[in-house]
Amino acid sequence: MMCETCGKKMATVHWTEMVNDAVKKMHLCEACASAKGLDVNNPAAFSDVMLGLGAQKEPAAKERDVACALCHMRIADFKKTSRLGCQACYETFADELKPLLEAMHKGNQHVGKVPAHKEAKGAAKAGLLPSLAGLRQKLEAAIAAEQYEEAASLRDQIRQVVEKAPAARPRPAKEKE
Amino acid sequence: MKVVDELLKNPSAWLKVGAPPGVMVSSRVRLARNLEGVAFPGWAGEEESLSLWQSLRPILEALPGCAAPVALEMEGLSRVDKEILIERHLISRDLAEKGRGSGLVFKADETVVIMVNEEDHIRMQAMSPGLSLRGLWRTIDGIDTDLERQVRYAFSPRLGYLTACPTNVGTGMRASVMLHLPGLVLMNEINPIIKGVNKIGLAVRGLWGEGTDAAGNMFQISNQTTLGETEDTIISRLEQIVLEIEEHEKHAKERLLQQKEISLRDHVGRARGILTHACLLNSKETLDMLSALRLGIELGLLREWSASMIDELFLLIQPGHLQKVEGKIIGAEKRDLARARLIRTRLTAKPACPP
Ligand SMILES: [Zn+2]
Ligand SMILES: [Zn+2]
Repeated sequence: MMCETCGKKMATVHWTEMVNDAVKKMHLCEACASAKGLDVNNPAAFSDVMLGLGAQKEPAAKERDVACALCHMRIADFKKTSRLGCQACYETFADELKPLLEAMHKGNQHVGKVPAHKEAKGAAKAGLLPSLAGLRQKLEAAIAAEQYEEAASLRDQIRQVVEKAPAARPRPAKEKE
Repeated sequence: MKVVDELLKNPSAWLKVGAPPGVMVSSRVRLARNLEGVAFPGWAGEEESLSLWQSLRPILEALPGCAAPVALEMEGLSRVDKEILIERHLISRDLAEKGRGSGLVFKADETVVIMVNEEDHIRMQAMSPGLSLRGLWRTIDGIDTDLERQVRYAFSPRLGYLTACPTNVGTGMRASVMLHLPGLVLMNEINPIIKGVNKIGLAVRGLWGEGTDAAGNMFQISNQTTLGETEDTIISRLEQIVLEIEEHEKHAKERLLQQKEISLRDHVGRARGILTHACLLNSKETLDMLSALRLGIELGLLREWSASMIDELFLLIQPGHLQKVEGKIIGAEKRDLARARLIRTRLTAKPACPP
């Protein structure tokens, strides 16, 4: 498929954006995607727009200005680099990260390998909020099948669950044991 | 640097030697890990990074899974040495940009590499020719388990291994397979495949350039998501997909032979003519021509060269390797001359520029 903007290069950047329940599909080449302000080399910033979940969160999530207690990184620093400063940043910026993580991953609960020293303490390995993971899979399937009404309703359900659910936040380093 | 010079005496770990030519060129599994209570490399100061490198280095060198280890700090390496490490897939371009306190420790046979203070404190990877994701996962899982007895990782029960970039959080695992897909490219069937693969959450990238510009028809397919699934699930999906793509590629080659045999022979023959007779060869042209020769070998049209010999040339014609072989830093135009000479020497044993 050719790029929608320039029509010259092959489209390698594809995403589906949902703005006010309208579904917009875009296919661009890397150059045109960058020109549109999508940082294709920066997956974090890029995924932000992918499902429109993070991008169009109501003004509720106004620019908070908090700094990480452990490494002193601020939200502005994170937005600039899309890289966190330390492990505690996952807690500090949990509100900003939640929609990002939802958009870029298949679930919000780690189910893979656990280091032995953590496992001994009975770390939660069981899947939490499975309904959310299920909803996300359905959403992907609906988008893939181009069932946009279904997708819009699933997107709303996901948003409700995300907003009601306790934040997917790691406990601060000190309390981890 | 001596150790880097030594690398050139052997084929890279991702090159298949002696095996029948296949669609699957190589596999890689990489884990991202960070240490508890230390700022991630991009946010830590130089002193902090340096002390981390100094304390990690001996631990990594003593890992049983890392026999005859070689440790290199970025600061002491020349531009060409760094290029060679990148071309051999031992380090990333990001690590090459770093200086004091960043480095790598690798097993002498180059099958296991651990980068220190790249984007994360630790990036460890296992690499092998062909398709072997499960074996590689076992290898790197074992090394990770050995290491975790001696260091404490930044880990959250909810989010898994905590990484500098949220795209890697969870398993911290990136598995990838490199495929040679000339049949699908020549039959104009590569785009729908790329689109389909993207749709199921896997990334497709040209190894050298993007999309239709992917030089040498080499593509790398990897998982994009790391949270919410086990390592096994992620690897199984990737494995299933690359096996399907391999099937598609085989069918594309069959149809090429049936429907376009003459243009196929022409394509391979021209590549052979250019590679054995040109006086100047740029990088992109060479990669494409080598891909055509490899295709000819895979289809049994060419018998005088082996696929592993062509795969080695894919590596040797890269700028870093070329300059190392020449023994000096040379500009792009001189490199084209040197590249053509190297190819002629390898393919025909006649280094002199014809006619
Ligand atoms: Zn374009
Ligand atoms: Zn922090």
